[in-house]
This record gives sequence, structure tokens and C-alpha cells, in this order.
Amino acid sequence: MAVLRVKFTKTKRDKLAQVLWILNWVSVVTGLVLFSLGLFLKVEINKRWELMAERDIHYIPNMLISVGLIACAINFLGGKICYDCVDTTKFLRWKLLLLPYIVCTFFFTFCILVGALMCYSMRGELEGALTEGLREAMRLYKDTDTPGRCFLKRTLDTLQMEFQCCGNAGFRDWFQIQWISNRYLDVAKKEVVDRLRSNVEGRYLLDGVPFSCCNTFSPRPCIQHQITNNSAHFNYEYQTEELNLWMKGCRQALLEYYTYIMQSIGLTVLIIWLFELSVLTGVRYLQTSLENLMRLGDPESESEGWLLENSFVETARSNFNIIKSLGKCNQIDTVQNGDPNIDVPSTAHYGPANVPTKHISQAC
Amino acid sequence: MVLMKMKFPAEKRVRLAQGLWLLSWTATMAGALTFCLGCLLKTELRRRAEVMDNTEIHCVPHTLMVVGIASLGINYFAGRICQDALDPGRFPRWKGFLNPYFKVSLFFTSLMLLAVIMSYAMKGSLEASLKIGLKNGIRFYKDTDTPGRCFQKQTIDRLQMEFQCCGNTDFRDWFEVQWISNRYLDFSTKEVKDRIKSNVDGRYLVDSVPFSCCNPSSPRPCIQDQLTNNSAHYNYEHQTEELNIFVHGCRETLVKYYMGLMNTIGAVVLSVFLVQGSVLVSLRYLQTSMEAVAGQENAEIETEGYLLEKSVKETVMEYLDPVLKIIMPNQVASSDEGAEAGNPAS
Repeated sequence: MAVLRVKFTKTKRDKLAQVLWILNWVSVVTGLVLFSLGLFLKVEINKRWELMAERDIHYIPNMLISVGLIACAINFLGGKICYDCVDTTKFLRWKLLLLPYIVCTFFFTFCILVGALMCYSMRGELEGALTEGLREAMRLYKDTDTPGRCFLKRTLDTLQMEFQCCGNAGFRDWFQIQWISNRYLDVAKKEVVDRLRSNVEGRYLLDGVPFSCCNTFSPRPCIQHQITNNSAHFNYEYQTEELNLWMKGCRQALLEYYTYIMQSIGLTVLIIWLFELSVLTGVRYLQTSLENLMRLGDPESESEGWLLENSFVETARSNFNIIKSLGKCNQIDTVQNGDPNIDVPSTAHYGPANVPTKHISQAC
Repeated sequence: MVLMKMKFPAEKRVRLAQGLWLLSWTATMAGALTFCLGCLLKTELRRRAEVMDNTEIHCVPHTLMVVGIASLGINYFAGRICQDALDPGRFPRWKGFLNPYFKVSLFFTSLMLLAVIMSYAMKGSLEASLKIGLKNGIRFYKDTDTPGRCFQKQTIDRLQMEFQCCGNTDFRDWFEVQWISNRYLDFSTKEVKDRIKSNVDGRYLVDSVPFSCCNPSSPRPCIQDQLTNNSAHYNYEHQTEELNIFVHGCRETLVKYYMGLMNTIGAVVLSVFLVQGSVLVSLRYLQTSMEAVAGQENAEIETEGYLLEKSVKETVMEYLDPVLKIIMPNQVASSDEGAEAGNPAS
């Protein structure tokens, strides 16, 4: 009982081959699209490498890039095969290759699906990388004289201005670290000394934030220092003030940005997966109809195409048996207990010149 | 005395027509490019329209857009004419069309050149417009509660951050303007009262700048307040400090930005002008050489093509005479009277 059997006339077969040829070329383009999406994601992640801790997030763009390249190659080959399938003589060239090609492509489409699903699952890893990375960057904000860290201040400032965010989870993160370098602190002043003594590690902590946290939409000039001190500023209440600084944390802002990119990429990859699957179905029908045509002998006649020759269960069972017998080819036959000296009667079929003795005596 | 005469054997005429067809397609795309560049320039100018006082500079993108559309029409007809030129049966129907066509085409092509010249000539106008616009922007920075001006603060802040500039000419412009609104000043403190009394207009002037002037590339946290007071900050010298806030003025930065954009566009438009000019010259040669063929029995003869039938001076005088007659009819009459007066005398 074949799965989804369809009858194919000669014209229908030819049209199928031509349409598949075009669709395979379209798939090459979609493979390039996949490749460029992976490249884009890689570039976007690398742009902010300073703000991300060492985590394994590069495997997703790498996977998309490799899947895109393989898709281009597979569909290029598929296009060539379908182009040749219009002519039955040329089809014979590809006859032996077609089934392995279809099987490989079928497993490859799983890779595309996995790639799409990974895009949606990357969020957790990314959040962890961003939390750690931003915490580290804020800690090193003041070290503009240390080689290797001197641009971290500029990176963080431009990030906060561009993404309209402040701190890791919120602006209060800046209160817990020393973001003003000791080079610019007058340790002769009483106020500075008091602050340094007020905590165990001797850090200069204050309730102030860098200028890049200032909200451009605020109607009043930015209040950066003594944020929690209502009496320090006229007509100011920090508990209700929302427009003075950026309220969002940079971790959330970056996460939203990357999630948006990855969801768009994931959706595109899912659509490409469905497209590849439909092209593969067409190629399978073409293959089975041409093979049946070969069996019938007449190149102009109608033939049948199907997805699977027998039902799913039977096909699965026969494939499983093939795999089992592959595993058994090295085993010795244990019927005669492995003794090579016992004569096993031959089961050969005799032809006309090779009859057993019994028949000859009867003729005489 | 014919201008720039050239001999055209039959084969050369055919090649001229074919080359002209290709050239007209190139010129069509170049015309579309000019239109797009005009749109781009207009969009860029409109984005910063809030800091510009007038829209005089907008005549440059408008001219470019007009020229772009006109060149599409010019090149379409050039293509049709050169297709018909080699066919002696179809060419005569363009006869009456060609002279006005050339006049209009020359006008629009020279307009292209004019647009490029204008983009350089209007630099002064752009600078003056920005000067007034930025001055107003800085003056109304604090008026976030006044309808019509409530977005000035946001505009100026974003402008300063994006273009990495501060103030009009430089950051000192902020010292001359009250940019902190009275709503946020505590009039009961002595310091505020002193400052307001210290100047004639009763304005709260400080030697501070808004946060948007801060330079992110500075190694130290931004110093916005008491900029000219070295003792207010540790290890700070305002005369030598260059990285703390942006040192360039926004007017200078914006003029440089727009002139850079217009230089690039001008270079592209000049090359489009050359292409368009060559289309018109080739078409003129084709027209004059094919006109000589008309009426001849043998269409394969060699003919001459030229740009102008008479010399430049004579052609110009030919066109100017009717204009002069309208402007100065008295001169003609007085010369007649003089001649009549002269005659009886002799």
C-alpha cells in the first residue's frame, strides 16, 4: 500500500522536472539567504563582544552559516539532477545517486529545523552572557588608563545612549560600584575620605550615575548626582521621577534587541525549511515516477509516483531489518554449531543440462 | 560658417544611431539617479529643519528633482528619435519637433550645471540659516513647557550627541544663555539670587553646559558644571582640557556635513551632465546628417553634420534680435528719423 500515490503522464513528469529545476535554483538563493542571516547574527554578536562574557553562543550563527552553504550545494546538485530528468537517457546517469541524495537531503532538512529551533532557545544563554559581561564592564568602567580596558568607558557610554538604558538591571547598579577613578579623587578632602572609609573595601561609592544615563526626553536638565537625595535639588522627588534617567536596564534592552533579531531569523529559517521540504517531496515523486517508468519500459507511458512504496510501518520494519543484517554480516552461521566438516546439502536449482541422476535412468 | 562640421558616411551614421540609443538609456538611468539624489538631499535637510531658520537651501534639491524628471523625458524622446532616424520614411515626422526639443533640453541640461554651482554658492546662506536656527534652539532649550517649543531641548540634545558638537560657535554659547528653567531654580537660596542679580536681564547664567555636550571618549567622568573654575575639580585645567566636552560648534559641524554631502552629489551630477550633453550633441549630429539625406535618391551617400548652421555669434544675434526689438523700439525709430533728417540735408 503506497503512501500518497499519484499518476504521472509524460507531460506532467516533464513539467514537474522543469518546475523542480526552477525551485531548486530558488532554494540556492534561500540557502544564500540563510548564510547571510547567519553572518549578520555573527557580526551583531561580535560587535558587542566586550559586553558579553565567554559563553557558547557562537554555535548558532556558525550553524546557520554552515547550513546555508550546504543548502546551496545540495540544491545546486538538485537543480542539475532535475534538469537532466526531463530526458530519460540522462536520468540513467543519476539513477543510482537519486535515492541517497533524497535520503541525505531529508536528514539535512532536520538540520535546518534544528537551526530554526535553536534561534528561539538561545535567549537563556544570551541573558547569562549579558548579565556577566555588563557587570564586568561596569566594574572596569573607571579603568581608562589600563591597556585593554581603556575603551570600555566609551563602549558603555555609547551603549547606554544608543539603547536608552542605564546599568545592568537598572540605574541603581551604578551605586554599588566605584565608577570614578582614584586619579580624579582629591583624597585630601574630608568628604572623599569619609566615603572611602564608609565601606569595607575602601571604594568611593556614591548615588550618582554617568552622564550617558541621562534621558533626553526629560523636561529638566539632567540630575546625575545625589539622585536619592530629594533635598539636594529643587522640586525633585526621586521616587516618582521617571523621565530624568533611563529606567530600563541595559541587559533587558540588549536582550530585547537580540531576541527580536533572532525571532525574525528563526521565522525566516522555518519558512525556508517548509520550502525545502516541499522541493524534496517533488524530487521524491519525480524519482519514483521515473523509476517506475524504467520498469515499464516505454518512455512515453504513464507511470505512478509515491512517497513510500509500502506503508510507514512496513518501510520502517524493512529498513530496520536491513540495518540489523548489516550488523550481522560478520557473524558465522551457528546452525551447524560452526563445524565446517559437516556436509550441508546444496539447495541449487538445476538447469536443463544439469539434472539429477534419477531422471536420466528413467529415460533409458 | 558652420560650427564643428563632421563628415558622416552611411556606416558612421548607423553606428552613431546605435551608440546614441545605448547612451540615451544610460542617460535615462543617470537622470533617475539625479532624481534620487535630489530626494536624498531634501530628506537630509528636512531632518534638521528645526535648527534651520529658512528653507532657501532647499532650492538645490528641488532643482535636482526637476532636472531628474526632465532628463527622463528628454532621453525617452532621444531614444525614439534615434530609432526612427535611420528610417527615411519615419524620420520626417520629427522635423517640426526637433528644434523646440533642443531648446528645452539645453535649458534643462544647463539647469543641472546651475544646481551644482548653487550648491557651492549657497554655503553662506546655509551657514546663516543654521546660525539663527541654532541660536533660537539654544535660547528656547529651557522652554519645555511652552507649546511649540517643548521639543527644542530634545532636538538640541540629540543633535549635539549625534554630531558630537556643543553650542552654536562653541560651548561658550551656553554660558550666555539661561538654559535652566526657572521652574527648577530655588529662588530662596542665596546663590541663585546672586546670579540673577549679577546681570541686567535677570537671567540665571552659569558656566555649565548640558549633559549632551559630554564626550564619551573622555577618560574621566564628565565635568559639566563650573567649567572655567579649575579649583572646583581635582586635577583639572580647563585651558588644556580637550576631551571632556565636545570642542566643535554645531554650526561648523553641520555646515561641514552638508557641504560634504553636496560635494559628493555635485560630482555625480557633473558626470550626469556630461553624459546628457553628449546625448544632445550626438542627437544634433544625427539630425543634421539625416536631414541632408532627405530627398536624395541614394540614401547611402556621405553627408555632413554640424552643431550650428551659423557661427555662435550669428546664432545668438539671430535669437536676440526680436528680443532687442521689443526692449528697445525707440532706437530703431530714432535711427529712422536720423536717416530722414540726414537725407534732405544731403
